[in-house]
Amino acid sequence: MHNVDEILTQAKAQVRAAGDLGGLDKVRVRYLGKQGQLTAVLKQLGQLPAEQRPAAGKAVNAAKKMLEALIAEQRGALEQERLQAALSEERIDVTLPGRGQGLGGLHPITRTLERVEAFFRLYGFDVVEGPEVEDDYHNFEALNIPAHHPARAMHDTFYFPDGRLLRTHTSPVQIRVMKERKPPLRIIAPGRVYRCDSDQTHSPMFHQIEGLVVGEDVSFADLKGVLHDFLRSFFEQEDLEVRFRPSYFPFTEPSAEVDIMGPDGWLEVLGSGMVHPYVLENVGIDNEQYTGYAFGMGAERLAMLRYGVTDLRLFFDNDLRFLEQFR
Amino acid sequence: MKFSERWLREWVNPPLDTGALVEQLSVSGLDVDTVEPVGETLPGVVVGLVVKAHGHPNADRLKLCQVDFGGDGPVEVVCGAPNARAGSKFAFAPVGTRLPGGVKIKRSKIRGVQSHGMLCSAWELGLGDEHDGILELPEDAPVGTDVTGLLGLEDVSIDVDLTPNRGDCLGIAGVAREVGALNRVPVTAPEVRPVPAQVEYKFPITLEAPAGCPRYVGRVIRNIDPAARTPLWMVEKLRRSGIRAISSTVDVTNYVMIELGQPMHAFDLDRLERGIRVRQAVQGETLQLLDGKVLELTPDILVIADEERPVAIAGVMGGEQSGVADTTRHLLLEAAFFAPLALAGVARRFGLHTDASHRFERGVDPQLQRQAMERATALLLDIVGGQPGPILEAVDDDQIPARPAIMLRPSRIARLLGTEVAKDTVEDVLTRLGMGVEWQGETWSVVPPSYRFDINIEADLIEEIARVVGYDEMPSRSAGATSNVKPPAETSVQLQRLRLALTARGYQEAITFSFVSEALQQALDPDSEGLALANPLSSDLVVMRTSLWQGLVQAVLYNLNRQHERVRIFETGLRFRLQEGELAQERVLAGAVLGPVSPEQWGEARRLVDFYDVKADLEALLGIGGQAGSYVFEAALKAGLHPGQTASISRDGANVGYLGALHPRLAAQYKLPSTLYVFELALAPLEQGELPQFSSLSRFPVVRRDLSVVVDESVTAAALCDVVGQSGPDVLKNFQLFDVYRGEGIDSGRKSLSLGLTFQAHTRTLNDDEVDEVVARIVARLEAQFGAELRG
Repeated sequence: MHNVDEILTQAKAQVRAAGDLGGLDKVRVRYLGKQGQLTAVLKQLGQLPAEQRPAAGKAVNAAKKMLEALIAEQRGALEQERLQAALSEERIDVTLPGRGQGLGGLHPITRTLERVEAFFRLYGFDVVEGPEVEDDYHNFEALNIPAHHPARAMHDTFYFPDGRLLRTHTSPVQIRVMKERKPPLRIIAPGRVYRCDSDQTHSPMFHQIEGLVVGEDVSFADLKGVLHDFLRSFFEQEDLEVRFRPSYFPFTEPSAEVDIMGPDGWLEVLGSGMVHPYVLENVGIDNEQYTGYAFGMGAERLAMLRYGVTDLRLFFDNDLRFLEQFR
Repeated sequence: MKFSERWLREWVNPPLDTGALVEQLSVSGLDVDTVEPVGETLPGVVVGLVVKAHGHPNADRLKLCQVDFGGDGPVEVVCGAPNARAGSKFAFAPVGTRLPGGVKIKRSKIRGVQSHGMLCSAWELGLGDEHDGILELPEDAPVGTDVTGLLGLEDVSIDVDLTPNRGDCLGIAGVAREVGALNRVPVTAPEVRPVPAQVEYKFPITLEAPAGCPRYVGRVIRNIDPAARTPLWMVEKLRRSGIRAISSTVDVTNYVMIELGQPMHAFDLDRLERGIRVRQAVQGETLQLLDGKVLELTPDILVIADEERPVAIAGVMGGEQSGVADTTRHLLLEAAFFAPLALAGVARRFGLHTDASHRFERGVDPQLQRQAMERATALLLDIVGGQPGPILEAVDDDQIPARPAIMLRPSRIARLLGTEVAKDTVEDVLTRLGMGVEWQGETWSVVPPSYRFDINIEADLIEEIARVVGYDEMPSRSAGATSNVKPPAETSVQLQRLRLALTARGYQEAITFSFVSEALQQALDPDSEGLALANPLSSDLVVMRTSLWQGLVQAVLYNLNRQHERVRIFETGLRFRLQEGELAQERVLAGAVLGPVSPEQWGEARRLVDFYDVKADLEALLGIGGQAGSYVFEAALKAGLHPGQTASISRDGANVGYLGALHPRLAAQYKLPSTLYVFELALAPLEQGELPQFSSLSRFPVVRRDLSVVVDESVTAAALCDVVGQSGPDVLKNFQLFDVYRGEGIDSGRKSLSLGLTFQAHTRTLNDDEVDEVVARIVARLEAQFGAELRG
């Protein structure tokens, strides 16, 4: 059996010397393959005397097992090595920027309108829209602003030759909704409005959000409550000071401007009031049975306060350097 | 309404400092716009008496004045003012005084004579723009007194931005009434005693349009001194109210207007013919205004006329010919009540917004005219002298606005305000506001004062109660949740989802103006008829956009000019098209894309965006809501777009929008560096999706076959795919076009299209033979329909 030990010693050395999986496999075939040296010894066992066979067989099998184990171990090591090499070779610079499409963004006004809408939807308001080219009736007359009313001077109106006009506020949507639906009503109407005025603090086009609630038990207290809640939610400031100040709109009575306390004092943020009885009358709602409140706010104003934008005109220049700041 | 705080406090003096007073005005509805000091204080400037004045030995225009200002003795001062004269008192700045603007008065030699101080003009003291002469002080001003105190310069001008309903506060008297009511303090008006007539001069006044002018009060004053100067106190009060002194007569009428709120007018009696007629103008009449402009009058305009011609537009502005001048000796004063509606629109039509029209349009107290006339007469007599005639009043009592009583119900107060207000409080507030209040068992009967034009119905009274008690005192009821919260239908695609899909694909949202220039509208969408404004702000903003491309192209150009080479923007909003005379205001979503397909990067070659990149963006949008398959892209022609690179997008046979490259002619005109792709889709179809419906999944393997066919260039991918789709049986699950090839091996004018077909059955495993058979059938159809050849 001298031969087996020799073969094993030789094989062990060759297994340890195998530098890659291919070389290792060759060693395996050389000793354990069909033509392998240990296999050959095994085949020759039959030629031994019967009494020697069990011991010799045992020895060969032991050698075979040992070699197999050694090869498996070496294979494991080589595989590990190869994996390590591959991993190291596949290393990339993870700090290189990603490829492909970048992220766009919503316009700050849209973002503002969506926040406002989200709040009021939670409070059960429907979001409705109306036409921007309006008629005198919906924009003025039905809102208790007859021709030559001094309040019309506050609305520098764009007209079309046929007498139609660009709505100067979102309030005509109130009229359209009240004519189409029956109370109780809870709506907001965001959208573009137009005034014939352009300078640093006036844009000929801007956005308003109109609110209207009509029901059997709707009071000034509800108006105060909802606007308090809204403003505190919008500015995410629980202790925001809110002030209601008497004012005048032909379509509300009582009317109130609403101010919030800013870093340098009170800031006017919206107009509101109880729907004027004449307006309800104009749309055929019984003003004894129903009362309502309405409010209107400027989206640009809210966005400027919220995001610290200092120039109104930036909203409509569409300068990407500006727009890309709102992600 | 701008006024001096000191003037207001002469009328009513609540125990509030300036800040508190301003705050109170604001929270009670008189919104204070600005509070400005009326001038700098003038430490050191004192009353100086010119004791002697004689010519400067070395200069014709200069004088040497001996000025006594209460010091050790008179000092010599060199002065160039024409009104510097002995015996008069002026504002004097001794050596060492620092004037507004920082000038320090030094001892100096002027033309060889030492000057020990300066006699100052109003301008030099920061008190207006008068600098032709030095500031003359009243004769009774004690020599050496501080001018700051004498003029009451520790004062502010308060500018209240009055809402149109509060015409009653367009005078000191009205603001004082309001402050008195808010603070429960007495209001002291200056005493107005009737001035008896000194001459029996009469001038006939006829009301020919009593609805427009129910009351006209006139008065003649004879033999005034037209050279008399307006006293400093009045000039200062006017200045602090934002009114420049003009001439003593005009200053007095302005003063009464600011003080009482009654606009007045003074005519030169000698230039009026025989009498006053308040009437509608006659077509063809004209009137030359004080500013020289000639107006063509129409019968809807109320005028003040004499027996010959119109002399003033009632309540707006007087005529040039009858106005007071430097030479006027005899006056006819006017204090009238014009009904707001009679004046409506007139001032605006002529662009003549005056202090008078501002007040009459909002409502002047119809009971105020006599009082104003007496006040003006007394002031005029003090200043310009003369002999007043009797008050001449023409009135039509039936036309004076009546003040019917208004019913006020406690229940309505509670309902509108959400709280009950104590009976005593209601009565107290309304009474303080000058209303007649009578409790009638269950309701009040309230009669508002003649000056409150804004109080006509119950709600108006309730606002007054809430306002005076304080809006902050009113309860607030938090809304909380309501039961009618309804989420939108699941089949509706919310606009927000579409927007976010685009932003995720690198688009930035823009908001452009809804009006554009005519040129831009015509260039980009000549086939649509736009609606033009009658009064555009500028030639860039004339026509309502007929497509959002008009604003978006402008935004692209704006950014290209600012070195942005890559622009991907979109917008949603209305477009405005006239269709057979009817205006369609349609909600659309539009985009514009130009430049590299990806942001600048390190890993891939720079590639400009092409049609199919943008089409993929649209396909992603159209897929939201699960109805991608219902949209069809077809080659189309559209003005403004490249004729070979434009697709019309339709659904159910109706066009819903376009995608295309901007026409090269326009691209050249706008100097675009690369192709601009634009799209616009109607929003309504995009917002209508469908509810997903599950179909069961097959457990059997799929078989894939690739197929390349050669067809003529004219065969579109869509046409080919349609035929494949129709000819495949159920087992053809889907297929993709994965290659388009032209060139070697393919005849020119032909192209090779490769499709990957996926087969799968629901109940069994497909065998090769049946798949081959289906493929053969498809190929046969393609051969028959398009002359397609199978590519080897």
